[in-house]
Amino acid sequence: MNRAVPKIALKGLKKRFGPKIVLDGIDLEVATGESLVVIGGSGTGKSVLLKCIIGIIEPDEGTVLIDGENTTHLAGADRTRLMRKFGMLFQGSALFDSLKVWENVAFGLIQGRGVGRTEAKEIALKKLAAVGLPPEVGDLSPSELSGGMQKRVGLARAIAAEPEIIFFDEPTTGLDPIMGDVINDLIVECRRQLGATTLSITHDLASARKIADRVAMIHGGKIVWSGPVSQIDRSGNPYVDQFIHGRAEGPIKMPVKVR
Amino acid sequence: MVPIVQPLGRAFLGFLETTGRICIFTLTAVSHALRPPYYPRLILRQMVEIGYYSLPVVGLTAIFTGMVLALQSYTGFTRFNAESAIPNVVVISIARELGPVLAGLMVAGRIGAAIAAEIGTMRVTEQIDALTTLSTNPFKYLIAPRLIAGLLMLPCLVLVADIIGVFGGYVVSTVKLSFNPQVYIRNTIDFLEPIDVISGLVKAAVFGFIVALMGCYHGYNSRGGAQGVGAATTNAVVSASILILTFNYAITELFFAR
Ligand SMILES: Nc1ncnc2c1ncn2[C@@H]1O[C@H](COP(=O)(O)OP(=O)(O)OP(=O)(O)O)[C@@H](O)[C@H]1O
Ligand SMILES: [Mg+2]
Repeated sequence: MNRAVPKIALKGLKKRFGPKIVLDGIDLEVATGESLVVIGGSGTGKSVLLKCIIGIIEPDEGTVLIDGENTTHLAGADRTRLMRKFGMLFQGSALFDSLKVWENVAFGLIQGRGVGRTEAKEIALKKLAAVGLPPEVGDLSPSELSGGMQKRVGLARAIAAEPEIIFFDEPTTGLDPIMGDVINDLIVECRRQLGATTLSITHDLASARKIADRVAMIHGGKIVWSGPVSQIDRSGNPYVDQFIHGRAEGPIKMPVKVR
Repeated sequence: MVPIVQPLGRAFLGFLETTGRICIFTLTAVSHALRPPYYPRLILRQMVEIGYYSLPVVGLTAIFTGMVLALQSYTGFTRFNAESAIPNVVVISIARELGPVLAGLMVAGRIGAAIAAEIGTMRVTEQIDALTTLSTNPFKYLIAPRLIAGLLMLPCLVLVADIIGVFGGYVVSTVKLSFNPQVYIRNTIDFLEPIDVISGLVKAAVFGFIVALMGCYHGYNSRGGAQGVGAATTNAVVSASILILTFNYAITELFFAR
């Protein structure tokens, strides 16, 4: 029997910026309907990894397969078509500040899928409610919101068109613990209801434990460990151990000088 | 020898590279502007932004230019008893050269900078990436409407500037230099050829396109936070101004050189 084609498969993904090697041969698979959480130190290339998968950054080497289709160097209309499968929450929210909040959330519906404005607004307000924002917020502009509220709007925008694959770049960073948990539930819910495949990045282990089926740790441009979330405390991997216990000593060296 | 030639060569290669990039950017933008989906609402909004809101600046520039033109020609022309040529000089200078060039430069400062700052900020805050992930092509959504609006609105602005500029010359000539109003107007109209106005409007369309293009190009390619956006804004205005002056000569040559 053939193994099912993974939703996302990365093979030997490499990316450098000038002399700086960020991704140094990433191999990773995410199965359909699975929730993978990528953990790793600050600046290890997690956001770059997401952008390579989604196609905003072109990798130098390696391939990205979405549903078995090689999408590494897609461009133009093919790329636009592929983007319909994706939803993405950016680390900095990246809301359009020339548009109102509800227009932000409805953007993918109106521009990407040609849904009418009234219908799109209804859906947008529903999605806003799902992330704990009242309908009045819909008529504000993004600059009038707090950072945490912007994050939630970004989340609502990512899931509004109910895509097959959703990327969350630090969905709970900047939120209070209670709202963080609401968002975790929402991500779990998205996956249950829509059957979406999700790939999330987080520093927040409580969040990782809640939303992940599988966890992968990135360090030095490579995946140093990956396994089911239940194994994370018994990984036997020194990198993972150091990370989940937040110790300064260990194989991960922070390039800081203390004098 | 080498220490002189090397940086020169490098600068020249850099210049060629930038020119190439701008050409590719322009072709991409134009090809996207010509193919659907179109965004008429966005084009309209940019037309208001570029055309309507630039009226005061361009109008003020035009009226003072027309006034000073009449005054200067008068002090010069009285020496040869050629005062009667003033209406003619005013209208031809404004329609052919000063209207389009000054409007172009003013709009470069106002609109080119604004476009570069807005698109540059969208770039560094990842809004352009977000557009892409929402299945929207930034060339169609952000750049094409601005290019189209620049191309269409600057000729309108220049037409208004021509009229206001001529009016400025008329006011100074009749009020201060005691010209006969009817004679002034007749002289203005009699000597004006359609080609004078048409060449000015063609220039305006080209300048409007250049201003929007430079704003978009530098904004779209800006890097590195607020500083990058600042640099993009400056580069947009400077490069648009230089290109306007260069193309002004080229178009004049095309229309009037025999
Ligand atoms: N466009 C770019 N140009 C140059 N270098 C870049 C660019 N984008 C990212 N980098 C570099 O790549 C490295 C990884 O960046 P990335 O944003 O992926 O980190 P991260 O793992 O998401 O960190 P954090 O957890 O702090 O968000 C950083 O050292 C950064 O300097
Ligand atoms: Mg990041």
